Amino acid sequence: MEYKMKLTDEEKAILQGSQGETMQKVMRTLVLYGDTFDAEKMVPLTHKASHLVTSFGLGMITPVYNIMDELIQAGIVTEEKFTMDPRPLDYENVKCNFIEKLVFNKFMYTKQDDYEAQLKKVGLKDDNAFSCTCYLEQVGNIPKKGDVISWAESSAVVYANSVLGARCNRNSALIELFGSIAGVVPYFGLLTDEGRKADWIIEVKTSKIPEAQVLGSAIGLKVMEDVPYIVGLDPYLGTEIDARAQAYLKDMGAATASNGAVGLFHVENLTPEAKEHGRALIKEGAQTFVVDDKVLEQTIAGYPIMWKDKEATPKLCFIGCPHLSLSQLDDWTAALTENLEKNGKSKVQVRTVLTSAPDVIEAFKKTENYRRLLQTGATLTSICPLMYMNNPIAGKKAVMTNSNKLRTYTMARYYTDAEVLERVCGKEGI
Amino acid sequence: MAKEFKGRVVLAEDWSGEAIVSTVGVNTLATFQKSAMKNNPKEALCGDQNNPELYGRNLTGKALCLPQTIGSTTGGMVLQTACDMGIAPAAMLFSEHIDSLAAAGIILAAVWGKNQIIAIDCLGEEFLAYVKSGMRVQIDKDGTVRVEG
Repeated sequence: MEYKMKLTDEEKAILQGSQGETMQKVMRTLVLYGDTFDAEKMVPLTHKASHLVTSFGLGMITPVYNIMDELIQAGIVTEEKFTMDPRPLDYENVKCNFIEKLVFNKFMYTKQDDYEAQLKKVGLKDDNAFSCTCYLEQVGNIPKKGDVISWAESSAVVYANSVLGARCNRNSALIELFGSIAGVVPYFGLLTDEGRKADWIIEVKTSKIPEAQVLGSAIGLKVMEDVPYIVGLDPYLGTEIDARAQAYLKDMGAATASNGAVGLFHVENLTPEAKEHGRALIKEGAQTFVVDDKVLEQTIAGYPIMWKDKEATPKLCFIGCPHLSLSQLDDWTAALTENLEKNGKSKVQVRTVLTSAPDVIEAFKKTENYRRLLQTGATLTSICPLMYMNNPIAGKKAVMTNSNKLRTYTMARYYTDAEVLERVCGKEGI
Repeated sequence: MAKEFKGRVVLAEDWSGEAIVSTVGVNTLATFQKSAMKNNPKEALCGDQNNPELYGRNLTGKALCLPQTIGSTTGGMVLQTACDMGIAPAAMLFSEHIDSLAAAGIILAAVWGKNQIIAIDCLGEEFLAYVKSGMRVQIDKDGTVRVEG
C-alpha cells in the first residue's frame, strides 16, 4: 500500500506482513488513519494500558466479533491489560420485568458472554474492569501528565487529556485496541503541542457555579471539536484538583464530548497545562464565548423532551453517567438523606439508580454511607445506563437523569441535580 | 445548473445520487443506533433527536453532506457496522476536515469489511451552504463533487 507517514523499519515490516496477515491489517488501519490526518510518524505509547469503549455484546456488531476472532486466532494480545466501558445489564440491582429481560437476552445483548470471553483472550484486566471512569483512584488505570495513550470513550479521553494532562486523540472503538496492540499511535491532533492549543476562550460569568453538565453542554454545542480555554471557573473550583473539582470536571467534560466533540479543555489556574502555560495556550485569533445565566437557561430550554407524555411522572431516575466517584456517592447519599428527611419521607419516591465503577462500589460498601444510601431506597449498580436505556421498552418509560450524555443518546429527560432531588425525594408541589 | 466543488479524497469512487444535508455535526451513535438494532434493517432512519434536519430521515444509500461527525467514540465502530449491514450512506461529503471518528469508521470498513463508504472532505463552507437535501450530487474519483441545483 502507498502511505505518506515516515515509518520505522519494524513498522514497515509489519505493514508488509512480517507478523502475519492480521497484524498487517492492524498496522494498515493505523497508517491509513494517521495519513488521513497528515501524521508525520507513529509514536510509542508511554502508558500502555488501554481503555476500550465497546463493552456491550449487541448482536448486531458482527464486525467487532469477527475482528476479535481474527485477533485471537492470530494469537494477538495487548502488551498490558486494558479496562472497558461498563456492562449493559445488572438484573440484581436494576430490576427488569419478563418482557424487558426477553428483549435484552434474546434480541439485544445476545453476544455479551461470548464477547467478554473474547475480550479476556485479548487482554481484559479483570471482571471489575468495566467502568467509563477507569481513571479513578480505585480503578487504577491512571496515565501521568505527558503520557501517550490509546484510549476511547469520549468522557475518559477528555478527562485524561484535560485533567491528567495525558495525550490521546478521540479514537474510535477498535482504533484504541489496535494502538494498544501495535504499541504505537499516529502522531497528530491532541498528541502534538500545537493541537493542544485553544481555539476558544470560554468566559464563565454566571451568578453561581454552573451545573457542570449544562456548562459542558453549552461549551460542546458551541465549540464542537475545538479546544476551549475556560476562564472564570477557578473561583468556584479552586486551583487544585481535589475530589470536588475532579467530579465537576469529569461531568463537565463528558457533556462537552457528547454534546459536541471536545477531546481536551483547559481550565485557567486549575488543569495541569493551564497551570503550567497559562494563556500562552490560547491560539492567536481565538474566538470568545461568554457563558452567563441566560446562556445556561437557553441551553436547557433547547433540550427536546422525548417523553411521549411530557407531563408524565418519572418512573425511573439514573444518576451517574459518567460513573460516580467515591466522593459523589457520599454527596448523593447525604443529599438524598437530608431531602427525604426535610420532605417527611423515608424512601425515594421515584425508583432511583446510582451508577459507579465496581471498584468504587467495593470501596463505598466499606463505609457507613453505603448503609445510609440503601436506607433511602436507592440502588447502586455498575451498568451503563445508556446501554440499559437502548431498548424499545425502556425507551417508552419516563426516565429522568442529571446526565447530559444520557439525555443526548436516549429518551431520558434532563433535570439539574436540585430538580432531581426535589422529584426523587417527594417535594410537595412537584 | 450544476456547481462544482473540489475536496480531498479520503476514499473515492465515481458515484452519483441524492444528497441529504446536515449543517450541524452529525452524532453517529445517536443517528444510527436505533436502526442498527433492528433485526435485518433495510434502512437507517436518523434517530438523533438533537438534529432536526436529519431526524427520522432515511440516510441509506445517499450522500450525507455534513461539517463533521460528533459524539461518542463508538462512532467509528457504529459507522463500520452500519456499512457492514448495508444501511450506511453511500458517501459522506465533509465541508471541513474529516474527524477522527468518521475516519476510523470509513477506514475500518475499507480494511476489515466487505462494503465501503465514499468519503471526500475539505469541501468548504460554500459547499454546505449550497447543497440541499434532495439535490443530485456527482462524485468523481479525484475528489470533484458536482451539485445539481
